Amino acid sequence: MSVESVVFVIAGSICIVGALGTVLFRNPVHNALSLVATLFGVAVIFIAQDAHLLAAIQVIVYAGAIVVLFLFVIMLLGVDRTEKLGIDPLGGQRPLAVVAAVALLGLSLTVLLAVGSTVTGQEAATGDPGEGAENIAKLGEVLFTEYVLAFEVTAVLLTIAVVGAVMFSRQRKADLIDEEEFPGLEALLAETEDETEDDTEAESEGVEAT
Amino acid sequence: MPNPLNELLRQYLTVAIFAGLGLAMVGAMLGVGWLLRPDRPEPQKYINYESGVDPLGVMWSQSQIRYYVFALLFVLFDVEAVFIFPWATRLEAYGAFGLIEMAVFIFILALGLVYAWRKGVLRWV
Amino acid sequence: MTPLVDPLLSGPIGLQEILVVVFKVVVAFAFLMVAVMFMVWFERKLIGDMQNRIGPNRAGPWGILQTLADGVKLFFKEDLLPDNADRFVFKLAPYLALIPAFLIFTVVPVGGNYSTGDGTVSLFGEETLLQVADPPVGVLFVLAMSSVAVYGVMLAGWSSGSKYPLLGSVRATAQMISYEAALSLSVLSVILLSGTLSTSGIVAEQSQWNWNLWLTGFIPFAIFLISGTAELNRPPFDLVEAEQELVGGFHTEYSAVRFALFFLAEFMNTVTMSAIIVTLFLGGPNGPMFGPEWLQSWVLPSLWFFLKLFVFLFVFVWFRATLPRFRYDQLMDMGWKLLIPAALGWFLILAGIQVASDNDDINLALVVIVGVAIFFAGMGLLMLAMRSSRRQRQLSGVTD
Repeated sequence: MSVESVVFVIAGSICIVGALGTVLFRNPVHNALSLVATLFGVAVIFIAQDAHLLAAIQVIVYAGAIVVLFLFVIMLLGVDRTEKLGIDPLGGQRPLAVVAAVALLGLSLTVLLAVGSTVTGQEAATGDPGEGAENIAKLGEVLFTEYVLAFEVTAVLLTIAVVGAVMFSRQRKADLIDEEEFPGLEALLAETEDETEDDTEAESEGVEAT
Repeated sequence: MPNPLNELLRQYLTVAIFAGLGLAMVGAMLGVGWLLRPDRPEPQKYINYESGVDPLGVMWSQSQIRYYVFALLFVLFDVEAVFIFPWATRLEAYGAFGLIEMAVFIFILALGLVYAWRKGVLRWV
Repeated sequence: MTPLVDPLLSGPIGLQEILVVVFKVVVAFAFLMVAVMFMVWFERKLIGDMQNRIGPNRAGPWGILQTLADGVKLFFKEDLLPDNADRFVFKLAPYLALIPAFLIFTVVPVGGNYSTGDGTVSLFGEETLLQVADPPVGVLFVLAMSSVAVYGVMLAGWSSGSKYPLLGSVRATAQMISYEAALSLSVLSVILLSGTLSTSGIVAEQSQWNWNLWLTGFIPFAIFLISGTAELNRPPFDLVEAEQELVGGFHTEYSAVRFALFFLAEFMNTVTMSAIIVTLFLGGPNGPMFGPEWLQSWVLPSLWFFLKLFVFLFVFVWFRATLPRFRYDQLMDMGWKLLIPAALGWFLILAGIQVASDNDDINLALVVIVGVAIFFAGMGLLMLAMRSSRRQRQLSGVTD
């Protein structure tokens, strides 16, 4: 057994256990934590493949930022500890999930059986990943020359995500008010809404003051 | 002749050993605490602390949506930073074209921040 | 013939190599522990001096054993696990808080002559760097660990199932991720000059007096120091445990050893953050070199490193004694509206200067002047906009 396979077996098992936990735990925070375990497993596999930059990005972006975002969403929803799993928010979601899972499994098995258990044996499909810091330079070279358009589009995509989130968070305050409980508050808020705007520019827009 | 992969894995293995030592220390501390500490359970000890009065309402309360916006902005800048890292290591290779390319990238992402700023979500009320 | 299982990775592995690893791990571990205990005592003593008090003076000479005494006391305290808590996560959180703090230290070069040599020392007949590990992405490793450190705080607060901790942890997480962004963007300037992501490489680039502190023009250093302090949740950024508002913040419900672990993590983070600042901006173990070979390779570099480390430990305590706590809106404003734009702007200027100095046909001086002018003009406009908007708010009767 080579080193690589030892590392692979350990990291792979962490991934699988984490993935199972992500699906099976009932508490959303536990799910998110299992996801972090999976992400770490993948990062270790990346390291074993000499992809140090990818491993670091995996931890920084996915474990450090995206799962934290998930956790914020979970806390935003105010974890309902007695959420009923019987209710299906999107109709037909579950049968579809089963179909997709079976199809994916079938596909993997077909590939495995058709190609055999041996993988290509190449360390990388496009070229030698290089060793150590060389790998970072190589990745950068491709990213900033050949795929420069994709790189810039990523920025646009991220910006759009922020715009979307800002739109969400700026829901009209009146929508959130229970008129029965606080009669007259809506009218009061509509008056003062202009003033609660942020900086000078925003005030002239008056999007909310309807 | 040790091959480079192993040389590198060795670095991480040392980190792993160090992490193991850290875990062992935490475990040992908790173990010693478990051996030494008194255990006199009383129901009132297990009530949440709420400044001395009995806790009220739901404990897992909802947080506000503005935290979500900050988390998303963080994702934006985090991704930005990791994209810039490989660029910053090899600046001379990309030259003036690379600089313009990166300036455009940063400018587009800065737009996201400026938008959030103008819409007032960065202001904490 | 290859052996079936090769525990320490294939290739010839001698006794020396194992000895080196054991030596490094044990020394680093011992150092961290001693440093943390020292830091707790040092902080209390120094704060005492600054506030015209005596500070701890009972346990041992000058109260130096105070930390130990406090630790021992905590072992004898009852460990309470609130009924409302999520038991598994509640127990997991202290590990998650402490381990990242631990691991960051592995990539810090604590010695080795980088000024007149290549930084290696001879240990058990092996040429090796004086740091536990030197991965090629050392800086990213630091950032990764500090972003993982968020989990300890977040989950501790969430799992307590109590209001103050939850509020404290959500606040803390938002604060930490905000400043994490500024932190990584300010590191970029260092990477730009060093051209490498490995910590030993960064230190080697700063040999003699070529420290990044002045080569990057102080601003990245200032941003890093401020966001580092915020990342540590230390005063003046300690809103996380603002006693008047949140009792004890995210660890309100923790007691006994589990509480001690959070406390330990906090101080360990302070030590490692100082070490990282020294490595990135102050040349790590670089400093004046003189005397015989053994002095140059073993004693002086480590001496310089620890002196610099000590300066930052002092600075962190000094901050605490001097600066009043920020308000949450001020904190967020500073992170998002000042530090991040400044870090990005400065990074672009530095990159422009670098590119211009590589190309002969671009006038370097012009680029510098124009770049700096644009930067300060931009910052000035920003300040003006913020001030005018604040005045407008005050005029319209909306108070902050």
